[in-house]
Amino acid sequence: MNYVKTGKILVSLAVALMAATVLSPASAFAAKDNIVLGVALEPPNLDPTSNAAAAIDEVVYANVFEGLTRIGPNGEVLPALAESWDISEDGKVYTFHLHEGVKFHDGTDFNSEDVVFSLDRARGEDSTNAQKGLFKAIESVEAVDPSTVKVTLSSPQGGFLFNMGWGDAVMVAPESAATNNENPVGTGPFKFSKWNKGSSIEIVRNDDYWGDKVALAKAEFRIIPDAAAATSALLAGDVDGFSNFPAPEAVPQFEADPNFALVIGSTEGETILAMNNKKPPFDNLKVRQAISHAIDRQAIIDGAMFGFGTPIGTHFAPHHPAYRADLIDMYPHDVAKAKELLVEAGYADGFKATLKLPPPTYARRGGEIIASQLREVGIDLEIIPLEWKQWLEGPFKAKDFDLTIVSHTEPMDIGIYANPDYYFQYGTDEAKAIMAKLDATTDTEARYKLLGDMQELITKDAVNAYLFELAKIGVWNAKVEGLWTNSPIQANDLTGVKWKD
Amino acid sequence: MTDPVMPHMEVGLAPETSLASRLLASRSFATGAIITAVIVAMALVSFGWTPYDVTKIVIADRLKSPSLSHWFGTDHFGRDIFSMIMVGARNSIAVALVAVGIGLAAGVPLGAWAAARRGLVDDALMRFNDLVFAFPSILSAVMITAIFGPGAVNAIIAIGIFNIPVFARVTRGAALSLWPREYVLAARVSGKGAARITVEHILPNIANLLIVQATIQFSLGILAEAGLSYLGLGAQPPMPSWGRMLFEAQTMMAIGPHMAIFPGLAIIVTVLGLNLMGDGLRDALDPRLRGKG
Repeated sequence: MNYVKTGKILVSLAVALMAATVLSPASAFAAKDNIVLGVALEPPNLDPTSNAAAAIDEVVYANVFEGLTRIGPNGEVLPALAESWDISEDGKVYTFHLHEGVKFHDGTDFNSEDVVFSLDRARGEDSTNAQKGLFKAIESVEAVDPSTVKVTLSSPQGGFLFNMGWGDAVMVAPESAATNNENPVGTGPFKFSKWNKGSSIEIVRNDDYWGDKVALAKAEFRIIPDAAAATSALLAGDVDGFSNFPAPEAVPQFEADPNFALVIGSTEGETILAMNNKKPPFDNLKVRQAISHAIDRQAIIDGAMFGFGTPIGTHFAPHHPAYRADLIDMYPHDVAKAKELLVEAGYADGFKATLKLPPPTYARRGGEIIASQLREVGIDLEIIPLEWKQWLEGPFKAKDFDLTIVSHTEPMDIGIYANPDYYFQYGTDEAKAIMAKLDATTDTEARYKLLGDMQELITKDAVNAYLFELAKIGVWNAKVEGLWTNSPIQANDLTGVKWKD
Repeated sequence: MTDPVMPHMEVGLAPETSLASRLLASRSFATGAIITAVIVAMALVSFGWTPYDVTKIVIADRLKSPSLSHWFGTDHFGRDIFSMIMVGARNSIAVALVAVGIGLAAGVPLGAWAAARRGLVDDALMRFNDLVFAFPSILSAVMITAIFGPGAVNAIIAIGIFNIPVFARVTRGAALSLWPREYVLAARVSGKGAARITVEHILPNIANLLIVQATIQFSLGILAEAGLSYLGLGAQPPMPSWGRMLFEAQTMMAIGPHMAIFPGLAIIVTVLGLNLMGDGLRDALDPRLRGKG
């Protein structure tokens, strides 16, 4: 009797054990629902409507904040908080139909009044928005009813829906707009959780989200400014991936490793050698042309980026249909020609100037190569490395620079050449006229033609030396899917990201 | 009168053996001196000749492994690493040398003054000394270069400032032990002033100590310069520096390990050479250790 009992117990124990051994691996392999992404730069704050820094959008865009529209992974305009819209015959009135039942993370309702508030705030006199140009066509914004907004433009604008998809045009609530810098409150599928200054930013799933719930319960952006540390963090598994991996030289290592996915895509980053067009000797066209001839783009791409990057001849993304590929031949690498132009400009013996470099690899390494190339034609550059904050305050805001290298990662930003107050200080009347005409044109072919004219103008005037389009080097755990291949806009959209089983 | 030979003369405590012969007999000094001489020679030669131009970037030649045409290989910009090490030696030596000079020029008079005056001056100087000492020197050097901007000159100043208390303390300690000596007393009785006594009697007798300390500070200076330029605060490109070469090599370890190995070796060998030389000097100069080495 007793034996039988013991036997029964043993059998049931054995069954339980077997069940446990069968079941436990299954639970251990249940899909992970958190991700740690490495980012090279810490954002200065978390309000994308207040600051130009791409690092802000790379955390909050589409995750925490949403706009009326949003930009998809291939640069397409998709509905977001506006589920649909009507455009009037004359192209001047946009009627947006908003999703209903949308709430901000603090529990307040999102409705048409918030749209009026957000757009009026962004385009207002005292707005600190870094991209006020996005809103300059707007004449008025009216709330028709709680879920309908009418936006009237002063003239038709072909790119208006695209503009509304920028991080700078996201919807904010009057109750929380003032504190979004430190505690961002949006409508997105993720809520801000905490920011450990100098080390990481965490966001968690918003369970009250109006749309499809995201697969990830938690995401952490870990700030790793050092390229060598980025490589070791990936190899050690401390981070699950980098959307923009900062060390192109380490790519072969990850390419050969089946545990990692290496995804090379395009960005909107025109990397340029910017010249201060108002400061002698760079106010002299011949000097700027000489510099454009003196640089060897391929050597810069190979030497600084280990081959990742596409040479460009103008300030335009080469994957865009309006890109003028012929302009790259206007200033081929030609040392003799560069010297000749310098002689004509009255600098037969060359001159000295400074080259201020922000921290990214493309600038620091590219700068050394450019300094060496310009030395060949007699221009002696003193290299001055700067931190981002110093760069934004010096060259960018105070226009205190001779030459600098930076990548302009905003999409379709050739309009900066119509602004005489932009840091390289070009903005001629001719450029302004072309951009004004472009704004008033909706026909695609005609727009492409104008964009081409604009590219030709700035290349002819050698405003800056155009180097290459930044490549997007994505390296992440091979089990992660849903991260973007390309960067049509500054973002790390996590809404479609999940772990494969 | 014929003196019997003193027994202790036989065990080598021979005051008459010259400094030079004692140094030559010291194996560590000889090794250190040879290494240092080679590095210094490399630095000097680099003024007139290097195998390749270190400021010229040739992308086509990048990341070449060591070979007959490039002894130490090339870096990610196609520059010859051997040439860069030669020019980097010049940079390291210049920074460390001037920094030691600053320490000697300011620290020795301060220390001697404190020892001569004692009392309040001594206390004030030495407490200030302690203050500077207590600060981690590399941190303060980072601070100085952060305020005044990166560059070789600021690196020299930063490292030099932290040499001052070192020399002040060594000078004061040694001078204090000399002041009660009879020959100093005799000088004071004969009416010589403190400044004159310091110059005529104190300094000549502590010169040995200062030379040993200077050698140590020199090697520390080389390390500090490498540290600062590793952090991007030393000599700026295109001027090569050992520290920055190491920094640049970090992310290239998988594809070009020679980029890290050679500047690393250069720093190790130089510091080792200087330390061996310093040890040998100390052994030869310090009467208490004489004959033990």
